[in-house]
Amino acid sequence: MSEPNARDVATTKRLMEIAQVWYDQMGAGDVPSITLPTRTKYNLEFNDSSEVWTYGSKESTRNAGTAKSAVHMLKMAYVMGFIKMQLAENRSSTLREMYYISEGWKQAKFSAQNESNYLVEDLEIITNLQREFFHMRPEEDGASIFGPIRVRESTRRGMKEIHCQDDVGEAGYHIPNNVENVELVDHDASCVIAIETGGMFSRLQENGFDEEYNTILLHLSGQPSRATRRMLKRMNEEMHIPVVVFTDGDPWSYRIYASVAYGSIKAAHMSEHLATPAAKFVGVKPSDIRDYNLPADKLSEQDVAALRAELSDPRFDNDFWRKEINLQLEMGLKSEQQAFASHGLDFVTKEYLPNMLSEMGVLKR
Amino acid sequence: MALADELAKKQRSISVAEFFEKNKHMLGFDSPTRGIITTIKEAIDNSLDACEEAEVLPDILVSVRKVGGDVYRVVVEDNGPGIVPDKMPAVFAKLLYGSRFHQVRQTRGQQGIGISAAVLYAQLTTGKPTLVISRTDAKSPAHKMTLVIKTETNEPEVLSHEEIDWVLPHGTRIELEFKSSMAAKKKMLEYLKYTSIVNPHARFRVEIDDESFTFDRVSHDVPPCPVAIKPHPYGIELGVLKRMTAASDLPLKEFLIESFSKVGEKTALEICAVAKLDSKVSANKLSLEQLNPLLEAMQTVKIPAPSALQCLSPITEELIVKGMEKEFQLDFIKARTRPSSVFGGNSFIVEAAIGYGGKLPVEGSAMLLRFANRVPLLYQQGACAITSAVSGVNWKAYGVSQQGLPMGPVLILVHVAATNVPFTSESKDAVASVPEVEKEVTLALQELGRDLKMFLSRRDKSKEQEDRARAICSVIPLIAQKVGEIVERPAPDTSLIEGRIMRRVVLKKGSSAGKILIRVDNYTTKDQEMALYDISGDSAGDATVPPDFVTEMDGEYTKIWKRLLHSGDNFEVTYTGAGGGIVDLQGIAENLKVVVDLDV
Repeated sequence: MSEPNARDVATTKRLMEIAQVWYDQMGAGDVPSITLPTRTKYNLEFNDSSEVWTYGSKESTRNAGTAKSAVHMLKMAYVMGFIKMQLAENRSSTLREMYYISEGWKQAKFSAQNESNYLVEDLEIITNLQREFFHMRPEEDGASIFGPIRVRESTRRGMKEIHCQDDVGEAGYHIPNNVENVELVDHDASCVIAIETGGMFSRLQENGFDEEYNTILLHLSGQPSRATRRMLKRMNEEMHIPVVVFTDGDPWSYRIYASVAYGSIKAAHMSEHLATPAAKFVGVKPSDIRDYNLPADKLSEQDVAALRAELSDPRFDNDFWRKEINLQLEMGLKSEQQAFASHGLDFVTKEYLPNMLSEMGVLKR
Repeated sequence: MALADELAKKQRSISVAEFFEKNKHMLGFDSPTRGIITTIKEAIDNSLDACEEAEVLPDILVSVRKVGGDVYRVVVEDNGPGIVPDKMPAVFAKLLYGSRFHQVRQTRGQQGIGISAAVLYAQLTTGKPTLVISRTDAKSPAHKMTLVIKTETNEPEVLSHEEIDWVLPHGTRIELEFKSSMAAKKKMLEYLKYTSIVNPHARFRVEIDDESFTFDRVSHDVPPCPVAIKPHPYGIELGVLKRMTAASDLPLKEFLIESFSKVGEKTALEICAVAKLDSKVSANKLSLEQLNPLLEAMQTVKIPAPSALQCLSPITEELIVKGMEKEFQLDFIKARTRPSSVFGGNSFIVEAAIGYGGKLPVEGSAMLLRFANRVPLLYQQGACAITSAVSGVNWKAYGVSQQGLPMGPVLILVHVAATNVPFTSESKDAVASVPEVEKEVTLALQELGRDLKMFLSRRDKSKEQEDRARAICSVIPLIAQKVGEIVERPAPDTSLIEGRIMRRVVLKKGSSAGKILIRVDNYTTKDQEMALYDISGDSAGDATVPPDFVTEMDGEYTKIWKRLLHSGDNFEVTYTGAGGGIVDLQGIAENLKVVVDLDV
């Protein structure tokens, strides 16, 4: 463990500044309060310079004038105290660990894990720093990468250089939770395909799609973690590799794409750090369901509600998405990525993806 | 023919006593358990009616004792006007004998069946005669009789009759023995409790086996005794009219004016004109063909409603509230007496009350207390028009959840007072569905519902304030402490925030390092007389300010400090101890105080 570095000192200073504001408020006989941007889709604005969606100007003020808000602020004070101590001792912990540590905080104890997540996100917003600065390690690691790219990772056991096709097994290279410890060395890729499901990731691997078209396969495994999104962004911006997203054809999958390309609603303050505005959506699109006559399931009530919600989500407010979502509502159908298997196991790698990717102009043969 | 002769031998009249002997359930003697309650109810109804007529405050003794096996002796004794000896046999041992059947006014008993049915029930189950003692004034002796009913003739039989000395200057005592069980003891006590709520001027002393209970009076005014009024033309039927005209020797106009209420010269003439009858014709000369148009005219001509003031006796809002408060602990109670109304020529008044909170059960349906002419209705709640009217109100609009009946800690009382209550049966368990009555019940409950909603929203508001106050008192100091820790300075003083926001008297008790600190701050703008109660296992022998009183019980010390706290002042006391227990401020209004135990 090293001496406290400049970054930790600066972070501690930021936290103390916030605490000082509350301190002064109370000294003056005022109820302490914090002001935060409202974290809903109605407060997302497109940032023209960085081309991502970030929080707009709508703000909500929390003050300790009601028991509920007061307890919330008390918890926040405890979290700040905890982070300050963690920085001083140069330790780190996960959100889940902090949740268990809060057991001893009496009234400031968290009622659920997501409450601690929310508080840390609040602090990120107020301090304008990422949780890595607080030495809060994310719970989940990043996803897997398989394809023609070489990385250099500084591990606890020293530097390791890894080629993500030649030096890894079938599971691919695992993105560590702190992507800042990874150096991108070189690559020979035409694009990155970020794939939602493990089944499709394996299918492309088995069919040799990475070799045939020099593509990097990246398994998102559901809603991608911060590390995965950060990695995608870095591959796109540092190495100029085009990024395409390939998911199931349902409203939840479109949200996965939106969080990759535009930034998520919950962590829009991190969009500039995590979102890849250049990422394009390959499919499955509602029009693919129609054009390729894919086997489909009926939309459930929740699906319909989610689609309608997306129509009022500013991130989907463009012609492409409006057309596709309305088409899907009209059809009342959704399909999975693997529905292409109905046309044969090779269809997706021989027909669908090459066609789509050529159309998008990202394939190098 | 021979068969008809055979049958003729079997054909004979049935006396009413025989009829009811067979059909006990019609009068509320379905089962031994219920029989005991019905008996007490009938006796008490008579006692209360009699006391009302004599304008005395009722003192009623009820006693139920097991005398062996499953035989119980029921005694009801009152301090009413008593009954003259000649009338005693018929009153107690003849069905359908009574003084109130032919009068148009609000009474509890009406048919002259109730108490005689109890006598019948007693002799049916044990064969024992009923003992009655009655005395009409201090100068006369009391008369003691034992009575049975000869069922085949419905005539009383006096088995013994003597004059005795008696402690009461006037009153009546009845003793019956019958087979029963005490399974319904709870219901019996409920009946007495409810009776005392709607008869707040009466006192009931109750002895059940070896337990005794008292339901005391809350009012010392005898309610005005309802005065009988003449029947109203709207409530008359042809047969009755026929009988009345036949018995009259007056000309038609005078007959109408004399026999009916609210009929004057003008109205009488109008009725005659509409019926196309000569107003001078003798009433007893009218034929059936003439009576029909007369009746129709009587019911179409506009006649003012009968006056309810004399013939009805509502409990009044104030006394309902008093009665309810006496028997229930409630956070909210409000009563409403509606203006009188009419159905079918009968005057009636609906009174209702809603109680909320207190010790009422939070779960389940509301408690519904139904009354008719000051008598609790204990059975057939589901078949009663009052119940359906209560269920018909949209309670959600008043902040109370509802599944048919309203749900939650709600108590609803409905009293229908009428010259003739439309019961569904002779046992007087339920009120029949009469639109006019149901409408009045609904209106009364809606008015009360609005009051309840006000109370609830105010309560929620004060809960919010309480919540806020708690936050400020318990959480903000913790925030201050933590924030001080982070900025590495002493915690800021939060009393300024408290004072600014709360404008209340704030009591805080907390412990640190084996010391207990209690602090009271008066943030109100007025001086406050306070008594600080601190009840815990600590004796506070080393208190920085010695308590004004200390009492010890089972290792719990109650310490009291009394102070006048000026506006803006505070009071502090510290002692060594473990804390815990209860702390409170007496003498300060609930909405002006905040009590926080920081250790909880």
